[in-house]
Amino acid sequence: MTKDLYDVVVIGSGPGGLAAAIAAKKNGADDVLIIERDVELGGILLQCIHNGFGVEIFKEDLPGPGYAQRFINEALSLGIDTLLDTMVLDINANRRLYVTSKRHGFKEIHSRAIVLAMGCRERTRAQINLPGSRPAGVYTAGTAQRWTNVEGYMPGSHFVILGSGDIGMIMARRLTFEGAKVERVLELMPYLTGLTRNYVQCLLDYDIPLQLHHTVNRIIGNHRVEAIESVQVDDRLQPIAGTEEIIPCDTLLLSVGLIPENELSKMAGVKIDPITNGPFVNDEFQTNVPGIFAAGNVVHVYDLVDWVTEAGLSAGASAARYAVAERQKEIRSIPMIAGENVRYIVPHRLDKSHMQEEDIRLQMRVRNPIEEPVWVEVHDGSNLITRKAEQYVRPGEMVTVELKPKHFAEVEKAQSLTVNIVKRK
Amino acid sequence: MEEITKLICISCPKGCSVNVTHEGETITDISGTGCKRGEDYVKKELTDPRRMVASTVRVISGLHPLVPVYTQAPLPKPRIHDLLRELRKIEIQAPVKTGQIILENALGLGINVVASRDMPKV
Repeated sequence: MTKDLYDVVVIGSGPGGLAAAIAAKKNGADDVLIIERDVELGGILLQCIHNGFGVEIFKEDLPGPGYAQRFINEALSLGIDTLLDTMVLDINANRRLYVTSKRHGFKEIHSRAIVLAMGCRERTRAQINLPGSRPAGVYTAGTAQRWTNVEGYMPGSHFVILGSGDIGMIMARRLTFEGAKVERVLELMPYLTGLTRNYVQCLLDYDIPLQLHHTVNRIIGNHRVEAIESVQVDDRLQPIAGTEEIIPCDTLLLSVGLIPENELSKMAGVKIDPITNGPFVNDEFQTNVPGIFAAGNVVHVYDLVDWVTEAGLSAGASAARYAVAERQKEIRSIPMIAGENVRYIVPHRLDKSHMQEEDIRLQMRVRNPIEEPVWVEVHDGSNLITRKAEQYVRPGEMVTVELKPKHFAEVEKAQSLTVNIVKRK
Repeated sequence: MEEITKLICISCPKGCSVNVTHEGETITDISGTGCKRGEDYVKKELTDPRRMVASTVRVISGLHPLVPVYTQAPLPKPRIHDLLRELRKIEIQAPVKTGQIILENALGLGINVVASRDMPKV
């Protein structure tokens, strides 16, 4: 059962989100909630079944799901709440989250601190303006990865992969493992965009040809991809006429970059760096919106999951510190209650610690005139803290009473303060 | 005949470029490795190249129809496709626990294939 108020809410349960939630819990946050849109915790690591994760943090060579499993187990053993299969629709700068799910319906959650850990999204065909017809069989490498590794579908049998990013190269090997033929990997830039070791163990090992300075000129096919036309590009990345080549295939995978996913961040008023496409953050991973932190690929796209985990740990610890400070502020802050013959009091709330050094002026108006001497009394519910004499009170004339540093000792114990204006007896 | 083979180390994400001077399988010089693990990799790569292998096997009544698996130790490169053929024949019953042995002593090489994650039963 989820609560209405949390110390820290983390959006996303990939490596950044899991680490943030764990660190928040270990650094003083009592109630921590992870909201995840998938049916289980773990994020994209669950489809990254290849090994190579955790070399820095665990000094072990783990597959993605195994790396995630360690953090999932830790999060659950720490008693962190989870809302799965749940979408965050909106968040605002007051750290209110509006979420919905089939199971729990619509829900509003308030949090003292939020960690944004939504990760990133793959750039699609539309974002790189690939010309040609629009047949089935053009997918991002990550989509193909999810189908192949989690859902059990092969996206095709003869592939061309555009982009030499890590996911593209890893999928080239993976599809080869599952019996497909990867005809070619094309890279627009004159250099590899992924890690060199993936070139070795994913392409070289399986004789998959890589062509640098090449791109897809045109997609051919009506219902299904039948071929692509590749072309070489010059130093300004413009196609060189006469270098076109038709490569028959039934599927084109795109591994052409990742973009931090910040739709929700923007709703909360988080400012985005146009270079990283992620929030501007300080050394605590706090965004420009107080109490809203961000960690992992939502900030900038990392090379290694280990570094995402480290960023998550840091952001989570910072969020916990912020939440604890908020909680203390809430405890110090007590309501001013308009009692007998008082219509309202300004200020509405009082931070008790402020009384230690300065006078606090309470100003109010009465409901009804009393044309005889009165007491303006400040109570903490049982004890009278201070009172002031007035010869009369009238709604048209504001009444003022001051709390002084000498009253602090008594006010410190109070849960609220009430002002009554009563006839002097 | 002494020759120089260029290798890229895959032990970690750095991907150091390494020049190995060797006569057949006898290495006389290694340059470019950044660490001890790199040297070990290079020696192995020249004589007995091995790779970690990750794939999936079918699961009955699991949360997903597949569970990811991986070799607990690197497997000789020429045997990778033989291993994948074996893995395709396997079908296991959910629930599956992380580290559970899916294929023991694969291809008689003394290497176990284990589950990468928990797979709950639904």
